[in-house]
Amino acid sequence: MTTSTPSAGSAAGNALRRGRRRPVDSTVKVLLVAAALVSIATTVGIVIALVQPAIGFFQQVSIVEFLTGTSWTPTFAQKAYGVLPLVAATVVVTVIALLIAVPIGLGSAIYLSEYANRRTRKVLKPIIELLAGVPTVVYGFVALFALNPLLQDIWPGGRKPAFQNLLIAGIAMGIMIVPTIASISEDSMSSVPRSLREGAYALASTKMQVSTRVVVPAAISGIVAAVVLGISRAVGETMIVTIAGGLVSDKVTFDPLEGAATMTAFIANVSSGDIPVGSLDYDSVFAVGALLFLITFALNAVSIRMVRRFREVYE
Amino acid sequence: MSAPTITTTRPEHSAPGSALTQRRSRPGELAFRLAMQACLLIAFGVLTALLAWVLVKGWNRLDSRLWTEMPTGLVSRLDTAGVQSALVGTLWIISLVAVICLPIGIFSAIYLEEYADSNRWYNRLLELNIQNLAGVPSIIFGILGLGIIARTLGLGFTVITAAIVLSLLVLPVVIIATREAIRAVPQSIRQASYALGATKWQTVSRQVLPSAVPGIATGSILALSRAIGEAAPLIVLGAVTFITFNPDGLDSRYTALPIQIYTFITRSQAEYAELAAGAIVLLLAIVLAMNSIAIFVRNRFEKRW
Repeated sequence: MTTSTPSAGSAAGNALRRGRRRPVDSTVKVLLVAAALVSIATTVGIVIALVQPAIGFFQQVSIVEFLTGTSWTPTFAQKAYGVLPLVAATVVVTVIALLIAVPIGLGSAIYLSEYANRRTRKVLKPIIELLAGVPTVVYGFVALFALNPLLQDIWPGGRKPAFQNLLIAGIAMGIMIVPTIASISEDSMSSVPRSLREGAYALASTKMQVSTRVVVPAAISGIVAAVVLGISRAVGETMIVTIAGGLVSDKVTFDPLEGAATMTAFIANVSSGDIPVGSLDYDSVFAVGALLFLITFALNAVSIRMVRRFREVYE
Repeated sequence: MSAPTITTTRPEHSAPGSALTQRRSRPGELAFRLAMQACLLIAFGVLTALLAWVLVKGWNRLDSRLWTEMPTGLVSRLDTAGVQSALVGTLWIISLVAVICLPIGIFSAIYLEEYADSNRWYNRLLELNIQNLAGVPSIIFGILGLGIIARTLGLGFTVITAAIVLSLLVLPVVIIATREAIRAVPQSIRQASYALGATKWQTVSRQVLPSAVPGIATGSILALSRAIGEAAPLIVLGAVTFITFNPDGLDSRYTALPIQIYTFITRSQAEYAELAAGAIVLLLAIVLAMNSIAIFVRNRFEKRW
């Protein structure tokens, strides 16, 4: 490992080293490589931790039944392991969260990047980044104890939302994702070259036209990356849905007024209880975990590709 | 008010636009601007209102009981209950995360930026792997801890298991921030060092790293503050119980602030919600203070080359 070919940009260093190699330098490189391998080991560890019990699970429940079954009742007497109810709850919460977070986050980003003066931006941008660091258990708490009672009070009538429901979990999650989407979109909008804006103004465009027809399209890959990252966070977020979203998902429902367990909420509920190790119920946690890992893996791949595209264009 | 003078005297990219729109503003323009401004106000307004609500809700519990008393599962003892064991647990875990995660993260970043040939497939794989790990849900890291660290390695539901899992969780944050800080150090600094006969490691350790310290510090603090607020992986790692003693070693059972808050929330009695709010204010004070320091360090000390 220590005698690899000179890398780009460090040719000068290697050429010098060849003459006067020191033991420190080669020892250091071994240490650095070892550190870098920790992240590979993490991924391998995750895959092993998920796959081993999941194989045990899929020996007793067919993959087709797992992926297409519409009944999820591991804790009932009549056991069924179809994951779609958990997926449906995850989709409902994610969609509600995006309906809130995308317009508000994008609007905030457009205002900060195109309209706000430099001082406002200098003050508000760090605050947005600060708010992105609020722990998710806090959002779970306010969803259950502040937002839900408020929702019950202002509900216009008819069937009221349940004590724990997907609507309130989705709203809280939307509020949580706004700073992330706003911050990343703003980054990509402010990296759009000034010449593009000036070109549009020279053609007598108004500010709104420049914002919506020049800046947003030019920054679109960064914006898409921000939204995909938002989806990925919503799908993988655990505390809000565990606290405010509901605990049982036995059948597929898209009703946001009902409580239902998402994939993450199911994992959290079952693994914090006392289910015997090695039982089918216990292994079902890992099967759901594996599915969750695959979904977020796909979302991350899209987001990484988008970010790379927007870097290539303007940096 | 001619355009050339504006563009030369004011670097602000929106300046020429505002001059033009002033002359030919339309109702649609104003509505759009107000709508965008409203988005920003809603975002800030809602978040501020919620945080203020938590402060009011927990106000009665914001006294020394919070850190001098232990949590309790008995409603009758709630008057003399606090979160001392959770606070001490969080301090234990976060010190260990700093010891485990920061060296590994910073070393990985040095390897990727200074030593790795980015044309090699294994180095590209390494990079993609880190970017992907940054987006893996935290509860999946809990499953990693449960399956591999707690059971296969036999470390059990202990302080050290929690610290290792949270270290792996925030490792990508440290690596990505450190890489950006190292990348921002200009090539000419390295070349000057080599020209004076320094070896590669001398150049990295005496020139590149000192210049990159503000960026590395910012990333490290943000990573630690994220680890402090994480609850999901610890749920899987058996932390959801009332622990009424402080951890006394790496193999001790533990609880941590976010997990203690979750435990309070799952209780149905209203008194627990109040105590949870008090604990949240404590948690937020720690996390937001750390994030403010990180952002301040970045804005104040980061060198522009």
